[in-house]
Amino acid sequence: MATDALRILIADDNASDRLILRTLLQREGHSVIEAENGRLAVQQFLTEQPDIVLLDVLMPELDGYEAAIQIKMMAGSRLVPIIFLTALTDVAALARCLEVGGDDFLTKPYQKLILQAKLRAFTRMQQLYDTVSRQRDEIHFHTERLVREQQLAKILFDNIAHPGCLDAPTIRYQLSPMYIFNGDVLLAAEKPAGGLHVLLGDFTGHGLPAAIGAMPVSEIFYGMTQKGFSLVDILTEINQRLKEILPTGVFCCAISADIDFRSGMLELWNGGMPDAFLARSGRGILTRFSSQHLPMGVVGRDRFRPQVQRAIFSPEDRLLLTSDGVIETSNANGEMFGSERLEQAVATTAEGDSFFAAVQRALELFGSGAAPRDDVSMVEVELRPLSAPEHAPSSPRPTRTGPLDWRFEYELRTQSLQQFDPLPLLLQVLMEQPALRPHRGRVFTILAELYSNALDHGILQLDSSLKNSPEGFAEYYRLRQSRLQQLAEGSIRLVFEHQPRTHGGRLLLRVEDSGPGFDWQRWQASQVPGNGYGGRGLALLANLCQSLQFEGRGNIVAASYDWLLAED
Amino acid sequence: MTISTTKSADGTELTIRIAGRFDFSSHQAFREAYENLPVKPKSYVIDMHEATYLDSSALGMLLLLRDYAGGDSARISIQHCNNDVKKILTISNFEQLFKIS
Repeated sequence: MATDALRILIADDNASDRLILRTLLQREGHSVIEAENGRLAVQQFLTEQPDIVLLDVLMPELDGYEAAIQIKMMAGSRLVPIIFLTALTDVAALARCLEVGGDDFLTKPYQKLILQAKLRAFTRMQQLYDTVSRQRDEIHFHTERLVREQQLAKILFDNIAHPGCLDAPTIRYQLSPMYIFNGDVLLAAEKPAGGLHVLLGDFTGHGLPAAIGAMPVSEIFYGMTQKGFSLVDILTEINQRLKEILPTGVFCCAISADIDFRSGMLELWNGGMPDAFLARSGRGILTRFSSQHLPMGVVGRDRFRPQVQRAIFSPEDRLLLTSDGVIETSNANGEMFGSERLEQAVATTAEGDSFFAAVQRALELFGSGAAPRDDVSMVEVELRPLSAPEHAPSSPRPTRTGPLDWRFEYELRTQSLQQFDPLPLLLQVLMEQPALRPHRGRVFTILAELYSNALDHGILQLDSSLKNSPEGFAEYYRLRQSRLQQLAEGSIRLVFEHQPRTHGGRLLLRVEDSGPGFDWQRWQASQVPGNGYGGRGLALLANLCQSLQFEGRGNIVAASYDWLLAED
Repeated sequence: MTISTTKSADGTELTIRIAGRFDFSSHQAFREAYENLPVKPKSYVIDMHEATYLDSSALGMLLLLRDYAGGDSARISIQHCNNDVKKILTISNFEQLFKIS
């Protein structure tokens, strides 16, 4: 049986030896190139590109050893077997053949069977080598392409899952750097009326699938926050979208907070993440928020529970959120950092020091000598308001004027009051007047205050003085929930009017509830600003509006807001 | 990690025993433990007696089994969890989806 035809270079100074070998090889169907010394062999190798080289050891001008070294060098990454032709039996001389790069020996006189077998073996080796090389090149090519694609996708991803206001000086964070795409997502956005929404999520798994899940989370989070939706609505929507798109078994543990600097209130939702802490440096943990919910994307709308935990905070307090990577960080002994060490680090953080830095130091100390941490995400938010100019949303000069002269009336009946938040919708209508957009925050605040006054105090008859103590504060929200559920009748009517003025316009808002009203004359006479956690709404309204009037039995409020076109 | 199964005498309950770390490497074995049975069991028991740890992909696998076993009507109980395992199930609030003892 003949092996595949090969191009074989024979280098031997003995013409009769060459003849014998050539005859043997040609009978096997191979083509033969001949050289009579080492120097010519090297030349022939370059010009003829043989598959296999047969080299005599002792040759004039350049011996077999030297020729082998040069040939191997020229062959580079190509596998060209060199078989030494020898009558030598000296062990040292044979060993040297292999040291200079030879692959085998062929002893004179030549035996046909051995020659055939060796050629076949080297042909197999060459084919194997070629296959491996080709596959290696292919893998290399695909890896390169994958990395390039991921880099491009990462740019796209970063534009969608942008960091929002994470660069604010009050926020410190660290995100798992494990892959180009990791399974963690951290988002922060300012609410239209000030205040902050923060979300830290951790998807099952890493890489592209997790990153794809992070995109709708980010779009919904930023989109709905900007439109003035509540955290509950946003989380409900994110959960539903993830439930629709994620395969079973993939989900997103998440923790999300709504921080309202004006009322000093924090709402937090924790689904499957480690405990989050409200803490003050020097005083340790003030409030702990343990996971109360299933992760997002596990159950559908009917079983999803968006209920939040609430806490009151002071401007010196900080919120610390971590992913499980922090407590699961192991050291060289395979020991886990654990929640006790984490809490210890928080508890011993010195006054004025950042928890973020303290936890990082504790991790450093614990993990010294261990592999670099790969899955650690955490964020610390100082609970003092962002300075407005730094983070005012950029508002390009409007290109159209929008409707200037209109009137809009909207009435919510009992069922809507119970389960619907009309503010995003109304804000949307008002922002159809593009020149009003730079005033979005103030308009939203006015709207929100008027509506919550009408609902909480007008319809639900809640006393805002309840909010003067932390216990009463919790009671306030409990009462609000139960009265809302039991609400049998009630309605709120909102009337908006817009009038053009010389360099801007006037927005008139009139909110009427079906409640019994309140003694506004007395309130106006006293004008004492609230000093508890609540009761500041009316003072704020009076401050923001050009005029604020009560009518009827105190169940109608009329406010007007004058705006001027932003200067060039 | 090893996964082994036993069936109750009447064949209606399948017990899946998990030993060691329950993580992504168990994916294939775990699915094979309940898929392709000649008769589909009515209820499932996950015995965590010898399980030392589970990660979020193991939680995902439990959800896969839950879907396979009928979603909201699935009858799956997770038993004999050690403290670490129980803590992970609790943080994720999986007691809302499984019977955990």
